[in-house]
Amino acid sequence: MELLSAHGATLLFYLFAAVVIAGAIGVVTLRNPMYGALCLLATFLGVAALFLLRHAEFVGVVQIFVYGGGVMVLFLFVIMLVNLHRLREVRMFAGTAPLAAVVATLLVGMLLWAVLARPALVRAGDTAALGAIGGEQIGNPQALAWVLFRDHLVAFEAASLFLLVAMIGAVVLGRRR
Amino acid sequence: MSWAWLDSLRETIGQPQFTLLFAPAAKFLVAIVVILLIIAYLVFVERRLLGFLQVRLGPNRVGPWGLLQPIADILKLLIKEDTIPNRAVRWAYLLAPCLVVAPAFVIFSVVPFGPSPNAPGAPRWYVTDLDAAIIFVVALASLGIYGIILGGWSSNNKFSLLGGLRSAAQMVSYEVPQGLALVGPLMLAGSMSLVGIVESQAQRGLWFAVPQIVAFFIYFVAGVAETNRNPFDLPEAESELVAGFHTEYSGVRFALFFLGEYANMIVISAIAVTVFLGGWLRPFPSIEALAFLDLIPGAVWFFLKVFAFLFLFIWFRGTFPRFRFDQLMALGWKWLIPLALANLMVTGLLVVLLNGRT
Repeated sequence: MELLSAHGATLLFYLFAAVVIAGAIGVVTLRNPMYGALCLLATFLGVAALFLLRHAEFVGVVQIFVYGGGVMVLFLFVIMLVNLHRLREVRMFAGTAPLAAVVATLLVGMLLWAVLARPALVRAGDTAALGAIGGEQIGNPQALAWVLFRDHLVAFEAASLFLLVAMIGAVVLGRRR
Repeated sequence: MSWAWLDSLRETIGQPQFTLLFAPAAKFLVAIVVILLIIAYLVFVERRLLGFLQVRLGPNRVGPWGLLQPIADILKLLIKEDTIPNRAVRWAYLLAPCLVVAPAFVIFSVVPFGPSPNAPGAPRWYVTDLDAAIIFVVALASLGIYGIILGGWSSNNKFSLLGGLRSAAQMVSYEVPQGLALVGPLMLAGSMSLVGIVESQAQRGLWFAVPQIVAFFIYFVAGVAETNRNPFDLPEAESELVAGFHTEYSGVRFALFFLGEYANMIVISAIAVTVFLGGWLRPFPSIEALAFLDLIPGAVWFFLKVFAFLFLFIWFRGTFPRFRFDQLMALGWKWLIPLALANLMVTGLLVVLLNGRT
């Protein structure tokens, strides 16, 4: 019991990290798209749990809502609509392995650089720093709102503009067929 | 006989760790048992009411006025054989009903059933008061659908699969207006905690259903759709899909799907009451002449309002014919979502103008 309360958060972190990694491996290795989608769901929920462990309740719950409740349901919908037996025999993306290796190496390198060379970046997500603004203790969603809509407003608006462009593009492409 | 064990028990209960860990668990358990009891009799009330609406009697044979009918139903479902189709995907087939029930019950951990004054020692009528409770509710409600999708897919039956597909499309479409409708009252209250929202309504002496009548309407319509109830019961449309996603299920697992549907009805009602109808507040909280109504405890008001909503659910079922699928999609995407967005903009504008904040 004492061990659990002292190291509970660390134990839970490794548990959910294992879920995330196992799910990610399942997504790329399993041939049945239904199982692949369920593995992706496990990864999403594991990431949400990691957010909750860092006391980022708002982000964690939104992760469940958007990816768990929205995106994955649409994935499953499409997988159930198409003919599963036909799909299983198709080898897709077989020739892109070298490219994938390069992209993956770059991504891992960037993450490692961020963690090792810039420890301040990692610590920026500290709960104490996020929970108190102007010396006043405020709730989690409020803290997030301050950071998003005051400190990084331009970046936020630019990102939403990109999303709008992508959405209009999808509608245009969908109409053409 | 010595009573030392009682003293040691009392000591254990008095410790802060115990309160921290076990008090919420105990409260949650009590909430679940109460909800289960309500569900057992809700099914009975539904059958009786539907009977009256259709000019017949409904089940009235087991016990006085048929009051023991739920017990007979539960016993029958428990001892019935739990069949599994030969070519079903076993683990998903067995897991699916649990996935429908679990999220619905977890939501009750953030619902405030009654007033919780800040005085020390006063009882708290909720299990936990989350900062982001509203999003927590919407997120968990959106997870319940996996049980339906998995159940429909793993049964290896075309009717089940079609039911699961319809359910996926329906839930994704109606989650959006449901979530948007909740943002209006949230902006008025300036809080995402369900306790905070009710307290804000108490301060203003106004149920949010009055300024947010549009959002209230949208929320309830989307809520009926989310629970797969009439007139939105396309995932289990008897006349087209046999029984939809739970065609192959029987016994306990069928009962779990059933339980999940009714638990979700209570969730939708409880959230609607909390956010729009003042939760545990009495009617017309600003009128002093009605102060004597405060003699009735808050939890009673809460459950009275919830029961009114549940009655509405049953009334709908007895009254409306089922939507066609294209009508369902048109209603969700072409009417409810634009309406919810417009309501959001007007509310945001009014909040900024009236509060004078930028």
